[in-house]
Amino acid sequence: MSNTAKAKSVIPGFNITMGFSLLYLTFIFLIPVGGLLLYTSLMSWDEFWRAVSHPQVVASYKLSFGASFIGASINLVFGFLAAWVLVRYQFPGKRLIDALIDLPFALPTAVAGIALVTLYASTGWVGQYFELFDIRIAYTQIGVVIALTYIGLPFVVRTVQPVLEDFESELEEASAALGASRLTTIRKVILPALLPALLTGFALAFARALGEYGSVVFISGNLPYATEITPLLIVAKAEQYDYNGAAAIGTVMLFAAFILLLVINFLQWWSSRRFSH
Amino acid sequence: MSIRVENISKRFGNFVALDNISLDLPEGQLTALLGPSGSGKTTLLRIIAGLEAPDSGKIEFYGKDQTHQHVSERGVGFVFQHYALFKHMTVFENVAYGLTVKPRNERPSKAEIHKRVMSLLELVQLDWTAHRYPNQLSGGQRQRIALARALAVEPKVLLLDEPFGALDAKVRAELRRWLRKLHDEIHVTSVFVTHDQEEALEVSDRIVVMNHGSVEQEGTPDEVYEHPATPFVYGFLGSVNLFHGRFEQQQIVVGGDAIPHQDELLNHGSDVYAFARPNELTIVTDPTASHGIAAKVTQVLAYGLNPRVELESIADGSSVQHFQVSLPAHDIKALALETGQQVRLVPSRLKVFERTEASATGDEAK
Repeated sequence: MSNTAKAKSVIPGFNITMGFSLLYLTFIFLIPVGGLLLYTSLMSWDEFWRAVSHPQVVASYKLSFGASFIGASINLVFGFLAAWVLVRYQFPGKRLIDALIDLPFALPTAVAGIALVTLYASTGWVGQYFELFDIRIAYTQIGVVIALTYIGLPFVVRTVQPVLEDFESELEEASAALGASRLTTIRKVILPALLPALLTGFALAFARALGEYGSVVFISGNLPYATEITPLLIVAKAEQYDYNGAAAIGTVMLFAAFILLLVINFLQWWSSRRFSH
Repeated sequence: MSIRVENISKRFGNFVALDNISLDLPEGQLTALLGPSGSGKTTLLRIIAGLEAPDSGKIEFYGKDQTHQHVSERGVGFVFQHYALFKHMTVFENVAYGLTVKPRNERPSKAEIHKRVMSLLELVQLDWTAHRYPNQLSGGQRQRIALARALAVEPKVLLLDEPFGALDAKVRAELRRWLRKLHDEIHVTSVFVTHDQEEALEVSDRIVVMNHGSVEQEGTPDEVYEHPATPFVYGFLGSVNLFHGRFEQQQIVVGGDAIPHQDELLNHGSDVYAFARPNELTIVTDPTASHGIAAKVTQVLAYGLNPRVELESIADGSSVQHFQVSLPAHDIKALALETGQQVRLVPSRLKVFERTEASATGDEAK
């Protein structure tokens, strides 16, 4: 650390950049999070435990983490596929599709939520056909997964795309020339090289889904114990002036998300060490 | 014939990469595909390997049609210019790859794989690197590992795409000698692509010279160097001095000068290209001598491995021509040349091609 800071460089300025970074992080991140923890610390242990372990809250954790995990997993597969298609093939409308991928970033989540509910309601364009098989999407947990999948899509595509662009197709050719089948080449040569990027994309999509609120509340129907996500409960508590309860649940979310991201980052670090020799 | 290429054509859009190529590559020999970039040599190699599909034509190995075989079923060993080693695998795993991906019923036992990989690593003299990763090796070592990996599957043919292209000059020269030696030991039918004439002449048993998607000439290095079939081949296989002139009365007239030349096959009055290698020209210091081409000394390099005199034509309105004469250093010193001095160049040997539409491409070779 001290070496890199003191090493001569054509662009000096470690002190000033580090200083600004810290200041910036303090205002943007540390103070709000500190406030959250402060609020929580005002509660007694009993109060805290009661707030965060209420069955309705626990049900919402299960839904939030479960649906986010499923959504991120779906994105892992289809985001990889989309990135593959966009990098490897030329086709008319490629640029358009490439631009569309980012739309979930830009579109207000409420708009997306309303659009999704219109499509997937039992009378909607898509929902009516599922209705024929007695499958309901809107106002069920499936709807929550769909909304969380929608908002996470760009992350996997955008993290995998550049890595795939840099991937030498010679490696695939070498594998094929050595007699490997297509599947073996994907499994033994391509996936190991993309694993760190895939894990990063997964982590980002998962984290984004955990915090998502706008698009979910429309499609979920917000039924207690069934389709209530944790962020919704936090908002509901805050609206009832139960700031302590909201902060307590927020703290649980914060730590759970932090630990999960830490684990994923560790996996990613491990895989990039393992595979980037 | 172990590899037969029959009427292969390939286009990329409007660009004709290969124009109806037919070749027979003899068994157990090391053949060089030599040509400038864009000549189609790499495309031809990739089509032989099955990494690229021809628009028309046929590829046969040992009499068996391979044209529609997938690369993984052709039994070729392919070595890439940039090694293409699997970065996340150790050297051992890289070399073993071709064996471990075989279907279960054909796959050798673990002990057998270990034995084969180690003996290949010994063959390329890198058995001590088995547990390292490719990025811990130098370029030359990586290419030897890539070669061992290609040989592990006991390929019917070994194909090498500019195998020394990414290496520095010294390693390159070393690896060249080493490849030649290795080939003498294992005798697998091999084809390698190069744009370096020296490499082709030094390493191969046979040379196929390519230009603009066609074969200009094929033969042993000696045949191709000593008896080039076209101006392009002459120009591509080494430094060259070119004189544009006309054949008249047993001499070649270049501007106001003339060189005596006997040739029964040339038409009287035809435009010709006359070529001489730098070591086939002598310098006559008397500028009033009756024959030879007038030239002006621009630089005298009487030292180094390649002592030579650089000259240029005496401008007569047309563009200035550049000439090069190689002489032993003491001969150069004995001539006592000065920069700017006028001399005459007299060829001891001349290769003359009649100038036709087709041979006009010879200009590019210069």
